[in-house]
Amino acid sequence: MTATDTGSNLPADVSDLIGVVQYEEDGEFPVERGYIWTTCASVENGNPLFWDDEVAAETTDGPIAPPTMISVWFRPHHWAPGRTEQHLPLKVHFDLKERLDLPEAVMTDNEIVFHAPVRPGDLLRTRQILRSVSGEKTTKLGTGRFWVIEVEYLNQDDVLVGVESYTGFGYRRSG
Amino acid sequence: MGGDAGVILADVKVGMNLPELHYDVTATTVILGALASRDTRPMHHDRDFAQQRNGVRDIFMNTPNQAAWFERFVTDWTGPKGRLGRMKFRMRDSVFAGDEMVMRGRVTDVGTDDTGCAWVSLEVTMSAVTDGEERIATTCDVRVAIPVDEKDNPWRHGTWRP
Repeated sequence: MTATDTGSNLPADVSDLIGVVQYEEDGEFPVERGYIWTTCASVENGNPLFWDDEVAAETTDGPIAPPTMISVWFRPHHWAPGRTEQHLPLKVHFDLKERLDLPEAVMTDNEIVFHAPVRPGDLLRTRQILRSVSGEKTTKLGTGRFWVIEVEYLNQDDVLVGVESYTGFGYRRSG
Repeated sequence: MGGDAGVILADVKVGMNLPELHYDVTATTVILGALASRDTRPMHHDRDFAQQRNGVRDIFMNTPNQAAWFERFVTDWTGPKGRLGRMKFRMRDSVFAGDEMVMRGRVTDVGTDDTGCAWVSLEVTMSAVTDGEERIATTCDVRVAIPVDEKDNPWRHGTWRP
């Protein structure tokens, strides 16, 4: 995304959060094959690792989840009993939108590094780390700031299964 | 080719192209992809919201489902022993319901690391075709491990350096 720099003035309470581990939380449900099959169906992925238990046993010592599903396992339920407000995933992103008064946002870059395989029955734990926030920039979408957030994923045995890095652009629409 | 194992190191050369994938994206494609990735944000299922709030013409694919498409595209080529190490996405534009999606891939690097694991770097694009006009929606740099030979299996490597 092409951007023009129009200044910084990042609030101190935001810059103080850079590098700090936030929102360590367990996933709300264990990794399960229903979502694995629904995801494979949605993209017509016929990889036998996900459909043929014999191939999975020979190749990966049993069923695994498609690696790119890693973020699915910590997306909160849309509703849960007793919850008074919607539980948002990637909370650091939404915190930044609110704190910096930037009502719109898009994700521009996303990198995922895959470590140990994720298996049905795993219960993943995540933690979010704000890595950077840019000065104010103007793009074709509007004026705002870019930020980079990392999400680390670990399984119930504290084994790292992945690290995801998001670059977001929070902005106000032009005009 | 490495038979049922898919590609092996000797099959891969820098500059070779992966088989193209063409797919007609419908509202069902977008909504099923959002549902599968537990994404209930309205721009992925509510055309009025997408048009009025996001200022775009229709609902569009979400990022996690695009990642699933990239995975499918790469492992269709590698076979089940292909093990993804790293994917970096750059979102430039959206893929809307009603578009034709076209995926293309090219090998940019191939080699082995000091553990003996064979790695292939790929440059993959997801394009959208609207009314005959094609635009790149997302690019993805992929690092994927493949077997060195028919007996090798990257999923069973003790040391993993993605």
